[in-house]
Amino acid sequence: MIESFCDWLANTPLSLKIQTVMWIIPAVQTVHILCVALVMSCMAMMDLRLIGVAGRKHPISRMVGRFVPWVWGALPVLLATGTILIIGEPSRELLNPYFRFKMASLAVVIVVTFFVQRQNKRDATYWEARRIAATATGVFSLLLWVGIVTAGRWIAYY
Amino acid sequence: MVIPEFLAWLENTPVGTEVRQSTWMFPTIETVHVLATVMVVGSVAMLDLRLLNLAYRDRTIREVHEDVLPWTRVSFIFAAIAGSLLFSSSATKYYHNFTFRMKMLMLLLTGVNAAFFELWTYRGVAKWERETRIPLAAKIAGALGLLLWIGVVAFGRWTGFTK
Repeated sequence: MIESFCDWLANTPLSLKIQTVMWIIPAVQTVHILCVALVMSCMAMMDLRLIGVAGRKHPISRMVGRFVPWVWGALPVLLATGTILIIGEPSRELLNPYFRFKMASLAVVIVVTFFVQRQNKRDATYWEARRIAATATGVFSLLLWVGIVTAGRWIAYY
Repeated sequence: MVIPEFLAWLENTPVGTEVRQSTWMFPTIETVHVLATVMVVGSVAMLDLRLLNLAYRDRTIREVHEDVLPWTRVSFIFAAIAGSLLFSSSATKYYHNFTFRMKMLMLLLTGVNAAFFELWTYRGVAKWERETRIPLAAKIAGALGLLLWIGVVAFGRWTGFTK
């Protein structure tokens, strides 16, 4: 069923335009990558602070408050550029196990990030007071983000 | 040594050959390159945005500078090592590739921009932070930095399409 959806989508005028105008896909991917740079740098810094190996002169609550908003800001752009790429080459993404893994991981990391932010908002000492939970959350989050970027790159290699 | 001979030598080193012939080495090293690069661009963008007074305004430029650049430097080392390994796999082809050359030019210019900022503009930071006005040179460094790194990413991505 998803294959026939991909076939239908690939033959729509919009998809054909994206496929044939040479610069669209590289340009959209470039915007996508720049947003990834924003998200990865913020989340790596925050996660390594949660784990306790970097930025220790800053309170955890400041790091969370400073960096998570960038993720929420970048996500709509990532979704929009991602959608354009999917419309342009539906089967390349939708039938690809790396893409599916990436989307599943993204759903999980969004929940984790929201949880980190929410607990921090309710109680600025929440993560400082729970060293083990903070470390585990930081490790999990970082692995998810790295997994998302890796899976994203490996879409091309399936 | 003349350049064509050097490139051919590089491609035929055990490392260059391995990366080129292996099914998994190029994608894996490329993934490291991408992860390191997004860390470089993302971290340096924090400083550039601060210089332009567009973000992190609750912190001084010196604080952002001190916090961010260690990340940029370490990530850059990883990106450069991974990039060199990728380059060595098809040195001749990349060397003659227009988009790759443009990427390297952009990269060189980010270095020039950074050097000028560090060695000249930033030296006066204590003074201009007290005066709470960011000098034009610092803002230009921030804007140029952002534009050039966007150029590096764009030409880098484009190179993948010209292979």
